[in-house]
Amino acid sequence: MRAQASAAGALGDAGAPDAGLESPGRIALRSLARRPTAVFGAVVLAVAVLLALFAPWIAPYDPLATSWSLVRKAPSAAHWFGTDEVGRDLLSRVIWGTRASLSAGVIAVSIAVGLGVPIGMVAGYVGGWIDAVISRITDAMLAVPFLILAIALAAFLGPSLGNAMIAIGITATPIFVRLSRGQVQAARAEDYVEAARAVGNPPLRILLRHVLPNILPPVMVQATLAVAAAIIAEASLSFLGLGQQPPQPSWGSMLNTAQRFLTQAPWMAVFPGIAIFLTVLAFNLFGDGLRDVMDPKK
Amino acid sequence: MLSFLPRRLLQLLPTLFLVSVLIFGLQQLLPGDPALVMAGEEKDPEVIEQIRKQYRLDRSLPVQYGYWIAGVLQGDLGESMRIRQPVSQLIAEKLPVTLQLATMAMAFALLIGIPAGVLSAVKKGSAWDTGANLFALWGLSTPNFWLGIMMIFLFSVTLGWLPASGFVSPFEDLGRSLATTVMPAFVLGNAIAAVLMRHMRSAMLQAMSADYVRTARAKGLYERAVVLRHALRNALTPVITLGALEFGTLLSGAVLTEQVFSIPGFGKLIVDAVFNRDYAVVQGVVLVTATVYILLNLLADVLYVLVNPRLRA
Repeated sequence: MRAQASAAGALGDAGAPDAGLESPGRIALRSLARRPTAVFGAVVLAVAVLLALFAPWIAPYDPLATSWSLVRKAPSAAHWFGTDEVGRDLLSRVIWGTRASLSAGVIAVSIAVGLGVPIGMVAGYVGGWIDAVISRITDAMLAVPFLILAIALAAFLGPSLGNAMIAIGITATPIFVRLSRGQVQAARAEDYVEAARAVGNPPLRILLRHVLPNILPPVMVQATLAVAAAIIAEASLSFLGLGQQPPQPSWGSMLNTAQRFLTQAPWMAVFPGIAIFLTVLAFNLFGDGLRDVMDPKK
Repeated sequence: MLSFLPRRLLQLLPTLFLVSVLIFGLQQLLPGDPALVMAGEEKDPEVIEQIRKQYRLDRSLPVQYGYWIAGVLQGDLGESMRIRQPVSQLIAEKLPVTLQLATMAMAFALLIGIPAGVLSAVKKGSAWDTGANLFALWGLSTPNFWLGIMMIFLFSVTLGWLPASGFVSPFEDLGRSLATTVMPAFVLGNAIAAVLMRHMRSAMLQAMSADYVRTARAKGLYERAVVLRHALRNALTPVITLGALEFGTLLSGAVLTEQVFSIPGFGKLIVDAVFNRDYAVVQGVVLVTATVYILLNLLADVLYVLVNPRLRA
């Protein structure tokens, strides 16, 4: 019985009529799975997410436990990544740092998407002076280089991981305002929006039910790439001392300490850097793959 | 030919105005009484009084902004609470350092990014193409402060070839100046090289499939001449203007690079100001950065029109 069902399933997958009915999302996902670089990105991301979620169970040691007998020990069988200037296990700190970095990236981008997309959609749909005001404010925010605005915001808000996320999120908001505004303007002229309006749908319903699903793919692509930028930004702010505060582990602040012990303990600088590099690379690869499969021009 | 310029300049005004409002508004984020926070640890009543007077904190917000912006327009960006120096003077001192760094970084970015992009487009699908694309991915995914630390480890700590930190002015000793800036400039240029390579590659691929390239080939020109004289010259235009837009990345990157290499430039000024709670300096630096960036964008637009004959009409 079971064998039959799976055979039928396999047939259904390959059969022409079913393939024709497949949703655009599934088609995109399937063509994404054929890209080795995107798959590599997805696998690294999955590992990073697992590390972040299960850090307490995966990390071999307490990331905050200091030991004077283990100060700046080179990588060994007991401590794969070595130990830091107060004898903490670096592998455990890198694993816990995944939590800070991933949550900072995802939360910051969620803030940016949550603020930027609705504002951009209203600007694009309503037009007129509301659009003019929103667009000028967006221009003004984009005129300040990304990290400098984030530093200034974090400086005035006060140094903490939460404030760093807010600062990065606000700084990234204008990108999503501009993107969704442009997308909505293009969608406004489409027949399906015209039809929805003609039937008498209120503007809010048109925006949420008809326009939003259509502008979502480019927003998703941008969001994936923005997480990569946000993770680098969080690491940068933490490196400067404006993000995660010690002794809590974060890749950026670990690199800050590591620089002071470069002569005696270079391994302290190697592993957190590789962790940032791999995570950011994975988001970039996955985002590039998403963009390629979702771009109708290609 | 540049008839769009006055209109474009006029468009800048609201943007500049909003940027200034934004930067002025930053101090509203300070928790509690701004005069108390800005006075720092000691809470010297005299200092607090001076801050209140300087920022006119007893007046309404629009009035405060009015006084502030009037000062800014006359070149008065306030005074550093910590070093007791005008902010404009501090910025004028640090700006040349960062400009030297930025120019060298841009040179690295162009020298690496353009040839890599051309090569990968001309030899599309080859090992060169894969290599150039990997380089771009690496450049985009490596945090530049980490690259800086790793380079210090290799070239300063291990090999002892270059100084790990510090800065020497080129007017003092050109050789030492280059030795102190070559690593940070490379670190800073690296990420931009990656961006330029990607732009160059796609512009070059487009140009190589254009009719004029086919014509050039058909009349029997050497491939070298086709690539360099016909395709490259056309493909370079958008890339140069896009490169100008990367200046923002350069300024953001300079903050971290200067921190890693202890270079007393613009970026170090803002970081030090942040930690000394020297808010007038933070505001001044952000304002100057934004203004420079906006003017560079304008310059990029003008360049684009100047080098593109089709837009000159």
